[in-house]
Amino acid sequence: MAEFAYEPEPEVVLAPGESIQEISGKSPWRLAGRRLLRNRSAMASLAIFLAIVAVSFGAPIYSNYIAHTEWKSPNISGTTVVDGKRVEVIQQGGGKLGLGEIPIGPTWRTNYLVGADQQGRDVMARVLYGGRASLQIGIWSAVLCCAIALVLAMLAGFYRRWSDSVLSRTMDLIWAFPVYLLAISLATVLLTKPNGLQWGPIHVVSSSLWVPTVIIAVVYVPYVFRPVRGQVLSIREKEYVEAATAAGASNRRLMFSEILPNVLTTVIVMLPLMIATTVLTEAALSFLGIGVQEPQASWGTIIDDGQGLLYTRPLVAIVPGIMIVLVVLSLNVFGDGLRDALDPRAKVR
Amino acid sequence: MIAFIIRRLIGVVVVLFAISVLTFLIFFAIPGVDPTRSLAGRNPTPETVAAVKHEFGLDRPLPIRYALMMKRLFISRDLVSYGNQALKVVPAITAAAPVTFSLIIGAAIIWAVLGITIGVLAVVARGTILDPLIMVLALIGISMPVFWLGEVANLLTQDRLHDTIIFSWVPPLGYVPFTQNPWQWFLHLIIPWITLSILYIGFYARVLRANMLDVSNEDYVRTARAKGLAERDVLLKHILRNSLITVVSLFGLDFGVLVAGGALLTEVVFGLPGVGFLTWQSFQSLDLPMIMATVLYGAFFITIANAVVDVIYAALDPRIRLA
Repeated sequence: MAEFAYEPEPEVVLAPGESIQEISGKSPWRLAGRRLLRNRSAMASLAIFLAIVAVSFGAPIYSNYIAHTEWKSPNISGTTVVDGKRVEVIQQGGGKLGLGEIPIGPTWRTNYLVGADQQGRDVMARVLYGGRASLQIGIWSAVLCCAIALVLAMLAGFYRRWSDSVLSRTMDLIWAFPVYLLAISLATVLLTKPNGLQWGPIHVVSSSLWVPTVIIAVVYVPYVFRPVRGQVLSIREKEYVEAATAAGASNRRLMFSEILPNVLTTVIVMLPLMIATTVLTEAALSFLGIGVQEPQASWGTIIDDGQGLLYTRPLVAIVPGIMIVLVVLSLNVFGDGLRDALDPRAKVR
Repeated sequence: MIAFIIRRLIGVVVVLFAISVLTFLIFFAIPGVDPTRSLAGRNPTPETVAAVKHEFGLDRPLPIRYALMMKRLFISRDLVSYGNQALKVVPAITAAAPVTFSLIIGAAIIWAVLGITIGVLAVVARGTILDPLIMVLALIGISMPVFWLGEVANLLTQDRLHDTIIFSWVPPLGYVPFTQNPWQWFLHLIIPWITLSILYIGFYARVLRANMLDVSNEDYVRTARAKGLAERDVLLKHILRNSLITVVSLFGLDFGVLVAGGALLTEVVFGLPGVGFLTWQSFQSLDLPMIMATVLYGAFFITIANAVVDVIYAALDPRIRLA
């Protein structure tokens, strides 16, 4: 019966505010680009995200030329100038009894804009440097995760049979672990070695950002693998693939020219949402002390530093959290816009 | 039906076995990790190292070590913590489990009720300014890291606003068992419940709204309207009911993930001594048996919960049984 199965041509789908004349004769990619550019909230959130990325990667400029403060090494006995007066960064006589040491609070000047942490380091400069690490880990792990998942899904969905069962079962196994627990297990094992990792010629120091990046990428692979594999399986049965096969296309040609371009949109739509997820995961791991390691900073480690100062200098924990919320929120909004642009029919997640 | 259950059960056993092997390998076979380092304390003598190795069977080949570990974990249940040799791993987990369940069940009730209410509200308010406003709030809820939200909640309820009338009732951080004092149990958990549920309220409201809008295009909804049902009945009895199917299955999965360790961050921030807190404590001291046991507990719980959900689905929908 299958050879008589007929799938009607999908109706032309218009995004709100579009007319047939406007979209006729345009390639799907150009169409998606147009739709995305018209989506104001998506573009605004992309701008916010890019602004945070730019500011974070400009961290050295801020700390060297604007704030002139220390972000990396402890600065417990340092001083700074506020309103022409020289004040200590770690001040004596804090707390209710007047005996504690508390770091300088927000000065609202370029130096120590939002205050210092327990070691006398400028929190704002740390937030920017930390943002660099957080974003780097978030973006690279999401890209790595999608790339691994895409390759595996293509192999599983295209060759089927044993390669599919082996890959799918392996993914099911990873899926059975709670994400955070798997990440914690891997991080506990990989980060706690004093001399770093040594695998053949590859040597990675434990403070390297690549350790959390790879861990986070690996734990999310099944989440991308599953939907993409399903798509590869269904595209493989489409008439145009059959036609290409009949025309004598090689497996490589089928994979790269027929199937890959069609699953790529799914992966592209997932990417911003994955970055949002990986940024949150990195923050959680670093908060627990098993993500980014000293002397590096990330938003998660700064929130962790701020926990001890929560009631005296709350901004230390609040500021990096706001950065996380802004990044994740803008990526979520942009991701929604991207999905609407590439596939107006798709359901809201 | 029985054949389906048996098939599913065999699947569960295979997955559980694979999970236990994988967990064991992560902790005891990744090159360069030496469990004796954390076992024998700081600067151990060679004799101590050898004795510790023998006691924990670490001088045996891997498969035997695996078997020994599983035997001590599941059969004799006398696996002890590396850090504190008087602490047995399995009883420690069973003691912590009620705390985790208290936290999650309360939060789940809150997020189910509020998530559904807000989702329906957004659909009812479609076309007004309220709908996008609700969705933006939901999105913000999804975007906040739970541990950060917990800290902000602590800052407000424990310190900044603690002396005001709104939050003066909030007890200090910690946990009081239900059996000891139900009222204090409740008070101690309110803020953690709300904090944990905010993410899910946002998520469920979004999913439900999208599902309801999807379902409202179905033919039977048009039929319901055509036969003159009140809009309220169409919304609640036809649209909402059918949209809830996805939400219910999500609920099962999320609940499982939380019990299995997803609540770790909330437990740490609020100082609730649940299973997640136990995991956190044990990886701070690199207590490998304890971490392994909690990870296994989590993975086992998820696997079994998934199987139970599948069986319930199969009972409800005969098509699944045959697939």
